[in-house]
Amino acid sequence: MCLGVPGKVVEIHDTIATVDFWGVRRQVKLDIVDEPVKVGDYILNHVGFAIRRIPEESIAETLSLYEMLMREAEDDAMAGDVRSEISAGSEIGEPVGKS
Amino acid sequence: MNGEALKFRDPEAARALAGSLERLMAEIGRPVSVMHVCGSHEQAIAKFGLRSLFPKSLTVIMGPGCPVCVTDVPEVDEGVVLAGQDKVHIATYGDMLKVPGTVKSLADAQASGAKIHVVYSPAQAVELARQLPDEQIVFFATGFETTAVATAAVIVDNPPPNFSVLSAHKYIPPVMEIVAEMPESRVEGFLAAGHAATITGWKVFEPFVERHKVPVVVAGFEPLDILAGLVELVALIKDGLARVVNIFPRCVTEEGNLAAQRELWRVFRPTGGRWRGIAHVPNGNLRLRDEWAHVDARKRFTIDLSSLWDYAPPQLAQQCICGDIMAGIRNPIDCKLFNKECVPENPVGACMVSNEGTCKIWHLYGGVPDLSTVEVSA
Repeated sequence: MCLGVPGKVVEIHDTIATVDFWGVRRQVKLDIVDEPVKVGDYILNHVGFAIRRIPEESIAETLSLYEMLMREAEDDAMAGDVRSEISAGSEIGEPVGKS
Repeated sequence: MNGEALKFRDPEAARALAGSLERLMAEIGRPVSVMHVCGSHEQAIAKFGLRSLFPKSLTVIMGPGCPVCVTDVPEVDEGVVLAGQDKVHIATYGDMLKVPGTVKSLADAQASGAKIHVVYSPAQAVELARQLPDEQIVFFATGFETTAVATAAVIVDNPPPNFSVLSAHKYIPPVMEIVAEMPESRVEGFLAAGHAATITGWKVFEPFVERHKVPVVVAGFEPLDILAGLVELVALIKDGLARVVNIFPRCVTEEGNLAAQRELWRVFRPTGGRWRGIAHVPNGNLRLRDEWAHVDARKRFTIDLSSLWDYAPPQLAQQCICGDIMAGIRNPIDCKLFNKECVPENPVGACMVSNEGTCKIWHLYGGVPDLSTVEVSA
């Protein structure tokens, strides 16, 4: 639950960014991010909010763990937490609470 | 043991770090216990079989690093009671559903007709409130400071009037004080969680280090990050140096995320409260400040827990040693219920519920892998 997930910002409207996570695009809120974010930046998403703009020189190193986890089976706990974090972004165009 | 274990991006570096740990522990020449306070650290340690690389004299304990696990029974009860009220819907993180309350979990309440929604973000709970304007949506908010900042952000962003928050958020630094002061605890150093420190900054640990004279190392979640963090921590212990070292600069700065801290403390105030199985933790709970009373479910609703207290607590729950496990005094394998009566499908204690609970993690990956059954891939 405390494991954020990095993604690439592809579009920004006001305080909402469209972020690409390994091909899955989600809307992430920018209300509490630490630095100004622009298209092309990588951010760390936690429960639907960007909590950090990842410095450019750290992007590759940050992504490597997740790239391995994204290849993991559905039932792996750590990979499952990462997938939950991606689900925390709202789906584009139709933000919904899942029940 | 998971077949993927012990695969490192850089096995040479892993071996070198394991060698450094071995040498440092040999120089210290006595057993040492250190604690991390993060479910994701334990997941990585267990998943990658790191304990098999640790020197025998080094014990790495998972402390109270699972927010779901330390959500106290009366907090779950509040959610269960609210869920039973007319027109009230509870929105919460999926991990919370099976956490046992005094008599019922939220999943039990749902089975008897309560309206419970799983969300992945507080923003999704707000959206649900917008979609159901004639219903009351209570966001049952759990998590440490990393997660509480997101709750704060939706509270200050003018949520609809039918949205409120039942906060069970917890704040990590004060519980480290409690663990450090426990007489049974022999923890000589702490590995702090990278993403929580992304918010607070590493400086937040300085007063703690000053008071307790134990080092804190802030580390990331890659197997190599954790190994490097332990090497740093054990080196500090060997040299008797109590200081904060940040080896996760790609995510953690000295001051942390100031914008997020501002929203966090604008909305929440720290207050004392029980952490399940651990202790009363002064300043360990985050509750809404009075100016946000209109969003505070505890102020908006009458929550009468006494109806639940007529029941005796279930017998098995009394044998659960979750508290000792989270305090680092015992391991899951010391519990009679572990993997017998207590399994993820039917958890007795909260540590078996969450993917970040020590018992659930050990159930999934095994705790201390038997090296003879593991192939070390290069």
